[in-house]
Amino acid sequence: MAEKILSVNNLRKAFGDIIAVDDVSFEVGKSEIVGLLGPNGAGKTTTINMILGTLTPTAGTVKVNGLDIATCRTGVLKRTNFAAVYAPLPGNLTTYQNLHIFALLYGVKDVRGRIEMLLERFDLKKFRNTKSGVLSSGEQTRLSLAKAMLNDPDLLLLDEPTASLDPSIARDIRANICEFVTSKGCGVLWTSHNMHEIEALCNRVLFLSYGKILLAGSPKDLLKEYHKDNLEELFIAVARKPLSLKDY
Amino acid sequence: MSFRRVGAIVLRQVYLIRASFSRILPLFIWVAVDIVLWGFLTRYLNLVSSAGFNFVPAMLGAILFWDFFIRIMHGVTMAFFEDVWARNFLNIFSTPLSIIEYLSGLILTSIATSSIGIIVMFFLAVTVFGFSFVSYGVLVIPFLTVLFMFGIALGIAASALVLRLGPAAEWFIWPIPAMISPFVGVLYPVSILPKWMQFISRLLPPSYVFDCLRDVVFGRAVSWVSLCWGAGLAVVYIFLSCLFFVSTYKHAVYTGFIARYSAESLG
Repeated sequence: MAEKILSVNNLRKAFGDIIAVDDVSFEVGKSEIVGLLGPNGAGKTTTINMILGTLTPTAGTVKVNGLDIATCRTGVLKRTNFAAVYAPLPGNLTTYQNLHIFALLYGVKDVRGRIEMLLERFDLKKFRNTKSGVLSSGEQTRLSLAKAMLNDPDLLLLDEPTASLDPSIARDIRANICEFVTSKGCGVLWTSHNMHEIEALCNRVLFLSYGKILLAGSPKDLLKEYHKDNLEELFIAVARKPLSLKDY
Repeated sequence: MSFRRVGAIVLRQVYLIRASFSRILPLFIWVAVDIVLWGFLTRYLNLVSSAGFNFVPAMLGAILFWDFFIRIMHGVTMAFFEDVWARNFLNIFSTPLSIIEYLSGLILTSIATSSIGIIVMFFLAVTVFGFSFVSYGVLVIPFLTVLFMFGIALGIAASALVLRLGPAAEWFIWPIPAMISPFVGVLYPVSILPKWMQFISRLLPPSYVFDCLRDVVFGRAVSWVSLCWGAGLAVVYIFLSCLFFVSTYKHAVYTGFIARYSAESLG
């Protein structure tokens, strides 16, 4: 694997008796897009929250560029960013104001220049002075992604970034993210329920089931190994009969 | 500590306030109504009082100081509530922003927003009702400082409570000043309270300020020791409230409330 950006080691999160994430370890390399897959409640968002430092693990470590989030939170979060459909930016601020505030929070140097570049990149210039709460879901997703790229992150966490988008916008957004990854060389951890998207974009995928990594590998290798035609079939097998996969 | 990140928290409020008339108006309208109401009441009392006592510095002055304290407290909580209402915790706490920077931003916002109300309040009190700061002398500085510190402490503690209990606990925050006002003796000496109430009032910094304020009005010697007690208590409360906020935040990060705050109410 290329130079490591993210190292997750023996990560575990328990909420009382419920184990949401159970001894999960994986890595994301430079310029690598890793798909984090699994049925609802498998532990994807919990894992992302622990990487972001908004949830304390019960055990295990998260390191970004060698820095542990438990001991070097500011250093890690300066190099990380995220976008998620369930975390829209404040709707009572305009597109520009939202980007301005987050640029300051992330310590972006050329704030104005960076915002202008991202407004251009995500075709948001015409919404510069529009309150983000009145933007369509596609426009809000583009704004969230613009915010996620403000600080030129080494690690980008994308939690279902194309959910609820029409296929045309989703394709544009995927292309935009891929271009960013290629040019910047950042690592991406991408969760999605769109298996075609994952198959097309991800270098590797991790299937989570009941908080554990059940399968890991390149989409091509996994399909071959488990005799499935596509990732959707494999996903359904993981979701419905995770234990039966052990027969292979 | 990054001043840019602190500035970002203040800037967010500036953007919100300047774009919304419904946010600008409450900055001064209620304090203005208070001053007008109490101003006329003191004017009437001056008229009917046979003793020739001037009620303006005693009553209007006390109300003015009390409103200052409420403005400061609400300045902190309002800035915090903007993040609650916008369900913005996941976004802001996944940035390099530290808790101390966040709280500093809330405090600076409170200073900025309450300054507007205070200027309007003082302007009305001085020009319309003949209120004069000269009657308090330099003591006005320690009076305002103690009330400012306690307002900040209460604002931070109230915010922590909402962080702990969820957005539904918001209703609990607004009446806090009204709940403590009988104990601090804004308009009457603490000594007329029953013993158990006096005990509580001695734990509240504003009670020392209002006692000293009455000493000034009645021409008695001001007890600096008493004022220092008030200031000392206010410092202790600021420390405790910050500790409460930090521990509540840590609890919210451990239990996952911060991550889920954006999606659901915890109340």
